[in-house]
Amino acid sequence: MIARLRTFPIHAIIWVAAVFIVVPFLYGLLGGFKTSDQLSGNPLGLPSPWVTGNYTDVILSGTFWRQFLNSLFVAVVTTVLVVGLSAMAAFAFARFAFRGREFLFTLFAIGLMFPFAVAILPLFVLLRTFGLLDNPLGVILPQAAFGLPLTVIILRTFFRSIPREVEEAAIIDGCTPFGFFWRVLLPIARPALATVSVLAIVASWNNFFLPLVVLNDPNLWTLPLGVQQFQGEYMADTARILAYVIVSMVPALAFYAVAERQLISGLTAGATKG
Amino acid sequence: MKTMTGPDARPALSPEGPAPARRRGRGSRRGRGWVTAILFVLPALVLFALLVLAPILVAGYTSLYKWNGIGPPSNFVGLDNFTRLFASDIFVGDLRNGGILIVLGLLVQLPLSLGLAVMLNQRIRGRAFYRLLFFAPYMLSEAIIGVLFSLILSPEAGLANRMLVSWGLEPWTWLSEPDTVMFSLFLVITWKYFGFHMILYLAGLQGIPRELSEAARIDGAGSWNVFRHVTLPLLGPTIRVSVFLSIIGTIQLFDLVWILTGGGPSHASETMAVSMFEYGFKRSQIGYSSAISVVMFLISLVFALGYQRFVLRRDLEGASTTMGDRR
Repeated sequence: MIARLRTFPIHAIIWVAAVFIVVPFLYGLLGGFKTSDQLSGNPLGLPSPWVTGNYTDVILSGTFWRQFLNSLFVAVVTTVLVVGLSAMAAFAFARFAFRGREFLFTLFAIGLMFPFAVAILPLFVLLRTFGLLDNPLGVILPQAAFGLPLTVIILRTFFRSIPREVEEAAIIDGCTPFGFFWRVLLPIARPALATVSVLAIVASWNNFFLPLVVLNDPNLWTLPLGVQQFQGEYMADTARILAYVIVSMVPALAFYAVAERQLISGLTAGATKG
Repeated sequence: MKTMTGPDARPALSPEGPAPARRRGRGSRRGRGWVTAILFVLPALVLFALLVLAPILVAGYTSLYKWNGIGPPSNFVGLDNFTRLFASDIFVGDLRNGGILIVLGLLVQLPLSLGLAVMLNQRIRGRAFYRLLFFAPYMLSEAIIGVLFSLILSPEAGLANRMLVSWGLEPWTWLSEPDTVMFSLFLVITWKYFGFHMILYLAGLQGIPRELSEAARIDGAGSWNVFRHVTLPLLGPTIRVSVFLSIIGTIQLFDLVWILTGGGPSHASETMAVSMFEYGFKRSQIGYSSAISVVMFLISLVFALGYQRFVLRRDLEGASTTMGDRR
């Protein structure tokens, strides 16, 4: 009883924070089940009657699924590219002693500090020159390039932690450096690869600025861009927009539920090692 | 070892077999080492140089021209774009807005995250659920959250004002007035990001042995003193990283602002990235817009290097000794 009383203020504060987080979600979720007229009369109450048309329209529309698949394609290709290239580079940085290694590694590490927004205008000019506007590659390649620093740093740390004996044993068994990398190192590094992959997927999935600049063709739009444009299109139909917003959140939240562990460990790895 | 069959399973114990092979292997690797290493680094390096380093150089170059983006830049104007920039009320406003958001972040958002982390670090019922819930907004795109909050905060039919009115209060202007827009923006930023910082702090807190705070308690320290003199100092490295991420994130803030306000009303919530986008992509003043990119870059660079040098130095000392060694 006394313990309860002592923790009561803590519970109260956490509750307030939880309500602060939940209310916007709830508003969106319930709002999607209303008509826009209902919504303006009764913003947070339960819908009466429940209208499913907004949600079914979104789910049955080709637009949502096309944008979902576009986002998925961009995220998967970005991730394969950034993790593959980073793993190779991190392998060289971790397990070779070569001239210029520290310089090159520092170059990558400095890249961590470049805000994406800084490069977006010249990137646009470059992509235009290469003819990569209105092309998924115009989003994929820059995303992969900007993902390199963090991925290289995390993977290098992991590769360095693998004992030398493993490498020596592999060499005795006749492994070439590439064979060691491919058949020994990558399988051992699976947890670290999962972590950096999850980070890359989330970063790509949520990117808005680059698709906004690169993709003009509605058939290529990713979800964040699609949601923003949807709002412009259905300005007055708030309930319909809310349904689109909520449905667009589902893939990211589902992914969060599945990959929470990798995500948190990846995000906190850098911050707590000190 | 039992699974080792096929060509790899050599008789490892033959007296002359493995040792020379090993020496030869290492020797030849040292000779070819540079080439092999560079081959491994090269693909990443090319991509990085082409799409991260080159754009920043290109921005530096085009910032010296008056250029509308069509044809090659030819009208060289020296540092004119930069003098125009610092004479512009809009850009100075960008800097002020960034400063406001940074200060609010450090004084309000991060302490809030830290407080909640400390609370959730105790044995509270449902704490796994709360952790999951508070972090959820971080998973979502700023663009999608921006759309949601633009509806919540809209002055007429928005949820926020509806609730205020139903409680008998006056409706508020939120995003529609220069006086209130920055506060409203900060509210949305906090909604999205406090869970992320909270997760960082929680991870940091979990690295602090319980014995330390217990010992302090036995020595008679109250809750506040334990927090102030035990927890807080040990959390130092985490706090410093979280501050760094918060500031760097604010410097490049774009998505939320663009969707919620477009920088308005009358530039009251404009950030550097929004100005850059506005001039570069809407008004085709590529030279001027590049100058904004360059200033953003310099601000980030000076901040990041200075922060590493003066604030993170203590934390990195351990790491740099391992970075300095040969392997």
